[in-house]
Amino acid sequence: MFETLSEKLQRSFKTLRGQGTLTDENINDALREIRVALIESDVNLDVAKDIIDKIRDKALGSQVATALSPAEQIVKIVRDELIATLGTDTAKFKFASQPPTIILMAGLQGSGKTTTSGKLAQWLKKGGHRPMLVSVDVYRPAAREQLRVVAQSIGAKIYEGELTTENGQLGTPDVLRLAKEARREATNSACNILIVDTAGRLGIDEALMAEMAELKKLLNPSEILFVADAMTGQDAVNSAKAFNDRLAITGSVLTKMDGDARGGAALSIRQITGQPVKFLGTGEKPDAFEPFHPDRIVSRILGMGDIATLLERAEEKLDKSKAHAFATKALSGDGFSLEDFREQLRQIKKLGSMQSIMKMLPSVGPFAGMQQAANSVDEKQLGRTEAIINSMTMKERLNSAIINGSRRKRIALGAGVQVSEVNNLLKQHAQMSKMFKTMGAGGGKMQQRLMSQLGGMQKFGR
Amino acid sequence: MAFSIFGKRNTPETPEPAEQPEQPRGLFDRMKQAVTRTRESLSNSISSVVALTREVDDASLDDLELALLASDIGSATTQQIITSLRDRALRQGISDGAELKSLLKAELLRILNSVEMPIKHPSAPPEVIMMVGVNGAGKTTTSGKLAAQYRREGHTVLLCAADTFRAAAIEQLQVWADRSGVDLIKTKQGGDPSAALYDALAAAKARSTGILLVDTAGRLHTKSDLMKELDKMRRTAEKLIPGAPHQTLLVIDATTGQNGLQQARIFTEAAHVTGIVLTKLDGSAKGGIVVAIAHELGLPVRYAGVGEKLEDIIPFDPASFVDSLID
Ligand SMILES: Nc1nc2c(ncn2[C@@H]2O[C@H](COP(=O)(O)OP(=O)(O)OP(=O)(O)O)[C@@H](O)[C@H]2O)c(=O)[nH]1
Ligand SMILES: [Mg+2]
Repeated sequence: MFETLSEKLQRSFKTLRGQGTLTDENINDALREIRVALIESDVNLDVAKDIIDKIRDKALGSQVATALSPAEQIVKIVRDELIATLGTDTAKFKFASQPPTIILMAGLQGSGKTTTSGKLAQWLKKGGHRPMLVSVDVYRPAAREQLRVVAQSIGAKIYEGELTTENGQLGTPDVLRLAKEARREATNSACNILIVDTAGRLGIDEALMAEMAELKKLLNPSEILFVADAMTGQDAVNSAKAFNDRLAITGSVLTKMDGDARGGAALSIRQITGQPVKFLGTGEKPDAFEPFHPDRIVSRILGMGDIATLLERAEEKLDKSKAHAFATKALSGDGFSLEDFREQLRQIKKLGSMQSIMKMLPSVGPFAGMQQAANSVDEKQLGRTEAIINSMTMKERLNSAIINGSRRKRIALGAGVQVSEVNNLLKQHAQMSKMFKTMGAGGGKMQQRLMSQLGGMQKFGR
Repeated sequence: MAFSIFGKRNTPETPEPAEQPEQPRGLFDRMKQAVTRTRESLSNSISSVVALTREVDDASLDDLELALLASDIGSATTQQIITSLRDRALRQGISDGAELKSLLKAELLRILNSVEMPIKHPSAPPEVIMMVGVNGAGKTTTSGKLAAQYRREGHTVLLCAADTFRAAAIEQLQVWADRSGVDLIKTKQGGDPSAALYDALAAAKARSTGILLVDTAGRLHTKSDLMKELDKMRRTAEKLIPGAPHQTLLVIDATTGQNGLQQARIFTEAAHVTGIVLTKLDGSAKGGIVVAIAHELGLPVRYAGVGEKLEDIIPFDPASFVDSLID
């Protein structure tokens, strides 16, 4: 993985400390680093240039605040500028004065329109609306069947309609007919929103883009959402522009954000269309969907980690009472046993691979270097450690002092590891136990600091 | 592609011939046409940078560097190319933009050609080919197109629907199986993909089918449990047919940016990818990320997807690809 932007800036500004202001000369290197980092995050080159110009204007002549190093200051300017580019206008929805409100989904093949249509219906249902779904994708095999299954799984209404292939190929007339019928059906069954899922198409496909324009004319939708894959590279501007020029989209949805793409395409799309990113798709399940928040993408680009996601996962997967019990016990005079340790390992494993956890940590501050170290992590290590503890008797786990040479040999054999690995684990356990005890003994001061550090991390969240 | 070893072996069943699409132009022409279609020439495209270059100096190489980055080919690959061009400029000079362009072309071609390697076909059928990739990349469509293509070449083919997760994934593949006149082995949605694979492997063995194509569910490479599932499928295949899967093709969408490298890296670790299929080259994206994948991971591109019809798949041709990236 590449060095993160924050690290690069730290490096290029090492020499700068002590100089009072950011000047034309000392800023150029930094700006180039920023531009490269933006492009590496999939921000379109032209869009990156625009952003850089704005950053230069803001940074030039600005007094280096004593509290911040020049690097930190630049990072702050970049961060503010990226957030400004993405905008803070989130998922505001336009509703039609006369129901049904129609939402038209548009985008390239495979961007996630069908899944997103279902998620949107679910989200609206939770908000007390009565959405109806319809798929006018008469082209892709089993596309309409896919939406039917999705609708069923969330208990949303769907208009299926009928298609006859008698007079040859299905085409735009069928698409328009289905859309019209669905609108009537929505009105008749008192659904106040109609979500229209369309076939994926390329921005340069003249015939299918014309079809999209006809659909728009027919339905007069309140929202036209451009659905784009977070992994999209430089081409994001081309397709966003093609769809926007033709349809005047009202916003976009960035899908597959549960991956590790930096999501720079969001900046490109926002900049080129002038319309806000409204939602993020964060998984395959119907509720993996949330209103857009610029922080998340900006942090990824700057390499500040994705603490928000990490905390969310922790929230969802970890058993808080267990974590708390462990902390209390470890910090008390008693220390913690290998049995407690095993429980902790299991909890950590629930968060995902070590690699993925480390990659979500901020690359500056106390976790510096963790993202880089992530690539050399031995994922199997955790499993081996657990196997070693599994191979101990409960008595041994609760009182590691009794584990003598012959016991060590037996444990190693049971776990399929070398005796030296058992020795290492015991040594580490003893050290950690002692460390926690001293922290506990520090009259709560240390505990307070730990807690406040955790609190500080929380701030990155929302 | 030569599967001559077991290509035309007689099989118990003789399926109807697949639809015969018109094959008017040479494959390389199609590749070239596909990748050069209606392309917006951005002010920062490699071609315009090169065209504007009279003298090759630091400034023009800086511009070229940005243009390369903007083709999705990644920073490490870009750095390497720029460094070698800069060396060359210092040592013996680069006279003008035209020379710069041909040097650049040669360098890109060298990277793509250096990873070309012959496919190791098994000595006896079936050859098992597994399609993997992130959600929506084009795995199912590619499975269908390849089924038809192999049949046209005279092989017997079987499809396996191992995406039991996504809604209507099986129905989607069924349509492709019908279109290409190939049998589909499937279970019900929500079933165990390894079980579907097991059935398909057993069927392919019993019928001594030439090629078994396995369509898997889309998954993000960051989901470790889903990557483990792929590993389990591999082991299932290997147990029943030593050496299987013989090819594991990672399907990548041409619009993919820098994340493609990470996809290729992790899918290769978990699923032993042997080659890439680059889809949606009929759009405005050029698919530059495959250069980075070749350079950093040594993976060759086997096929290019150029549309949604049965015949829209062609063997990947590095030369026309490089032309499209630069011109
Ligand atoms: N224009 C174009 N579209 C393609 C190409 N290959 C696939 N598609 C389209 O891309 C979309 C996704 O393709 P699928 O084959 O369903 O992708 P997948 O990887 O199987 O998707 P999941 O199984 O949902 O992960 C469909 O609309 C296809 O028709 C191509 O080469 N060109
Ligand atoms: Mg599929």
